[in-house]
Amino acid sequence: MNTADYFQLFSALGPEVIVVCTALLVLTTDLLGLQDTPRSYRMSIAAGLTTLGCGGAVVWMFVNPTVGNWHGGMFVIDPLNETVKAVVLLLTVLTAILSVGAKFTRHCGEYFALLLLAAVGMMLLTSTEELLMIFASLELVSLSLYILVAFNKSSRQSAEAALKYFLFGGMSAAFLLFGFSLLYGLSGTTNLPQMAQKLFTVGADPLLTVALVMVVIGFGFKVAAAPFHLWAPDSYQGAPLPSAAFIASGSKVASFYVFAKVLLLGFSQLGWGSEESSTGGWIPLLSIVAALSMVLGNLAAIRQTSVRRLLAYSAIAHAGYMLIGFLALGDEAFASLLFYVTTYALTTIGAFGVLGVVEAQVGGDQLKDFTGLAHRAPVLAWCLMIFLLSLAGIPPLAGFFGKFYIFAAALTNDAHNLPFLWLVILGIAMSCVSLYYYLQVLKQVFVREADGNARPLAVPFLSHAVVVLLAAVVVLLGAMPGWLLDTIHTAIGELGW
Amino acid sequence: MLAWTIYLSFAGALACLLTPRANPRATRAVALGTALAGLVCGLVGAVQFKPENGLEVITHIRWIPALGIDFSLAADGISVTLVLLTGIAALAGVLFSWNVEHRTNEFFAFFFALIGGVYGVFLSLDLFLLFVFYEIAIVPKYFLIAIWGSTRRDYAAMKLALYSFIGSGMVLIGMLAAYAVSGLVSFDLQALAQHSFAPEFQRWAFPLVFVGFAILAGMWPFHTWAPTGHSAAPTAASMLLAGVVMKLGAYGCLRVAMTLFPEGLKMWQHELAALAVTGIVYGALVALVQKDFKFVIGYSSVSHMGFVLLGLVTLNEIGWSGAVLQMFSHGVIAGLLFAVVGRMVYDRTHTRELDALEGMGLARAMPFAAVTFVVAGFASMGMPGFSGFIAELQVLIGAWQAFPKLAVIAGVGIVIGVVYTLKTTAQVFFSDKPAPAEAQEHEHPMEPISVPERLGAGLLILCTLIIGLHPRLLLDLIVPSFKSPLFDGLRKVAGL
Repeated sequence: MNTADYFQLFSALGPEVIVVCTALLVLTTDLLGLQDTPRSYRMSIAAGLTTLGCGGAVVWMFVNPTVGNWHGGMFVIDPLNETVKAVVLLLTVLTAILSVGAKFTRHCGEYFALLLLAAVGMMLLTSTEELLMIFASLELVSLSLYILVAFNKSSRQSAEAALKYFLFGGMSAAFLLFGFSLLYGLSGTTNLPQMAQKLFTVGADPLLTVALVMVVIGFGFKVAAAPFHLWAPDSYQGAPLPSAAFIASGSKVASFYVFAKVLLLGFSQLGWGSEESSTGGWIPLLSIVAALSMVLGNLAAIRQTSVRRLLAYSAIAHAGYMLIGFLALGDEAFASLLFYVTTYALTTIGAFGVLGVVEAQVGGDQLKDFTGLAHRAPVLAWCLMIFLLSLAGIPPLAGFFGKFYIFAAALTNDAHNLPFLWLVILGIAMSCVSLYYYLQVLKQVFVREADGNARPLAVPFLSHAVVVLLAAVVVLLGAMPGWLLDTIHTAIGELGW
Repeated sequence: MLAWTIYLSFAGALACLLTPRANPRATRAVALGTALAGLVCGLVGAVQFKPENGLEVITHIRWIPALGIDFSLAADGISVTLVLLTGIAALAGVLFSWNVEHRTNEFFAFFFALIGGVYGVFLSLDLFLLFVFYEIAIVPKYFLIAIWGSTRRDYAAMKLALYSFIGSGMVLIGMLAAYAVSGLVSFDLQALAQHSFAPEFQRWAFPLVFVGFAILAGMWPFHTWAPTGHSAAPTAASMLLAGVVMKLGAYGCLRVAMTLFPEGLKMWQHELAALAVTGIVYGALVALVQKDFKFVIGYSSVSHMGFVLLGLVTLNEIGWSGAVLQMFSHGVIAGLLFAVVGRMVYDRTHTRELDALEGMGLARAMPFAAVTFVVAGFASMGMPGFSGFIAELQVLIGAWQAFPKLAVIAGVGIVIGVVYTLKTTAQVFFSDKPAPAEAQEHEHPMEPISVPERLGAGLLILCTLIIGLHPRLLLDLIVPSFKSPLFDGLRKVAGL
């Protein structure tokens, strides 16, 4: 497509346009019309508009299924990234609903507008095969998230978390940009598929290894893989709860998708590196990062007494499992990764939903604040059990099948030598460790009894609804993984990578 | 019909959870109904079952086609035997938990979630499905012990959960590797069993999977979860742990590890047999010196499960059928022993110290408990006429053919078993030692043995007697199972 057909491009960008317009609408409605109304009212209106906007974008994608490639990979639509976008929008809606009851800010319009802008960034991030565009949309996501983390102006912790997140994020963006510039210098193009071919003909080059390491560092930060994870525990702990939930879910999904795309498409020829010129490939590099993340995340989580920090370390561990999915190579890598990251995101949002209620009603996120939750809020307690056991990988929950599929996919790659058997063994051993600390939380919830004057918790209707819905989804996706899996497989099949 | 045991148990778990917390009677009624329904389904299924058909497929639905996973349930004589055992243990468990007043609805919900998982394992033909049910059983065990348990319950519950999870992790590694290496894109046990894996692969995959399952079967030296877990658990949970959960492990060894990697068994046969015999003798010796009544039974379980493992690795049919029969027999007898110790004695005397019990004159205070324990003790030490005799005899004959020296040592284990059983019985129930003075002052009449306890004890005694006197009831089910195609590879390696 040489002649730029802007009208067609505009209609292809429909979902993004809808979300941007919603962001502006939320902002103006709140600033112009609702300043004198109570906060809860403003929050509900903003969340409602957000839901409508995201819903509209999803409907647009369903009604107008487009496939196309504009400006040489600058903007690409295919069935797979439409699926990912739908997931991101769903996660945005869930985050918005969890935010309704939040009391940390008076700037409701700005808050939801930033949330939506981050969502737009994620959507653009997933629908491009161009390094520059990847970088630009990654920055849009990151900048929105930095502000979202800092949004609780009255809390020092929130400011500290945001500063930490920002400094680490800025650094990693610099790494990523440096890596991209090296890649451009080596291949003369910023288009991923073309780059892959050029790199193959260029052959092995030490600079390529440098570029690769830079890229892995840049994305490793976004997905919170060890050893680039240091921001995660503090940000999870200090950020306002919905922001933390969004970082743990939406941002994870989009970043992992684009990470996989860059490595699996852009570096497809460079998996194992080359012997003669001692160029390292990304497979050994990623194996090490995955192993480090699993070990460090799981072992550090054992010592946590704050449930938010525990979830942060478990997020690092889960990033490790997901990186194993990359090693399956090809279609299976995308399928297993997307299944895992989607179910993981839904589970985490659910866990944060329960955490939000406990924080609001009991006043903290320490383990002891969960004592006797089984009596004080039985439905929430059972949902929390479902979420945590799913994270630990107990069947028949979604997290179990996700892990199972990732391990199976990694092993079926080159089944004669089983090169990734050690990683799978490590992964399974580490899930045993993880069961320990998830059970520590559940022990507080179910085994310890609350003292006599503990009252039942008043759970807001919306939180209740979201949490129960998510728990049901986690169970259903575990028992019937085919629903999501078939969608992903069909989408990948149509791509023909 | 057999598949309904699974569905009914899970439905029962949900129903129990939904009964009001303030109304334990309603929960108990639901629980009793569920357990009875499960047992009846099992019995009807057993009567309709034709052993000569070998493996009978019950349900077969495509589940996750992308990975070749099916929801397929099937039964052979071994499954049917163990389903019956589960039904009996569940019913007895409910009867002996009649006095649970604390969070009754949650108790029975966890109880039946565990039972449902156990039924599921025994009936799965798909390896993935089997694994799912196997892991479903882990979490309820944790909560049953951690919430309703006694001595060091936090420690024991976590230990049990982690041991189980580590074991299942080992199984998972072996199972994924087998899936990848076979290239069949199927988790169907029959298909995998007919695929011949390379001997080099079997050399490491077999011990991994076998030991992974055997951890739950209490194989020495991975048995340490068993005594702590059994003694911390509430009565019904110890009955289930010893009665059926340990059988899950042994069943997994037979159904998965041995059928998939028969040559691996041949390579490791002697090492595993040595471990099994060590377990038999070690368990019995340790039981001899315990001071806690429940620990005696806990270690005796380790000892008796050693016979199951020994029978499995003999590589001959009499050893295998003895092992399966021993699974049934030990399930019933261990249930009975734990019922006496945990429910009848501990709930009334509030102590499990053998020295403290000695002075209470329990034979006079509760003759029913004394008689039950004596019967259970006879059954446990392998007295002819009870199921334990015929099972252990078969295992010993099988072991004699395969490894005569070890069989002799295992025989010594039986003798020690007689010693600790008699010693404990005499000390707890028939001691002449007068009670310490201060204990007599506080003495108040013990509450009489209740009707549910009598029914439960009667049920278990009846089962061990029937099988002891007429073992063909089960052997006619078990023996033809080894002829099914699932065991082709195993029979070939054994030269049968």
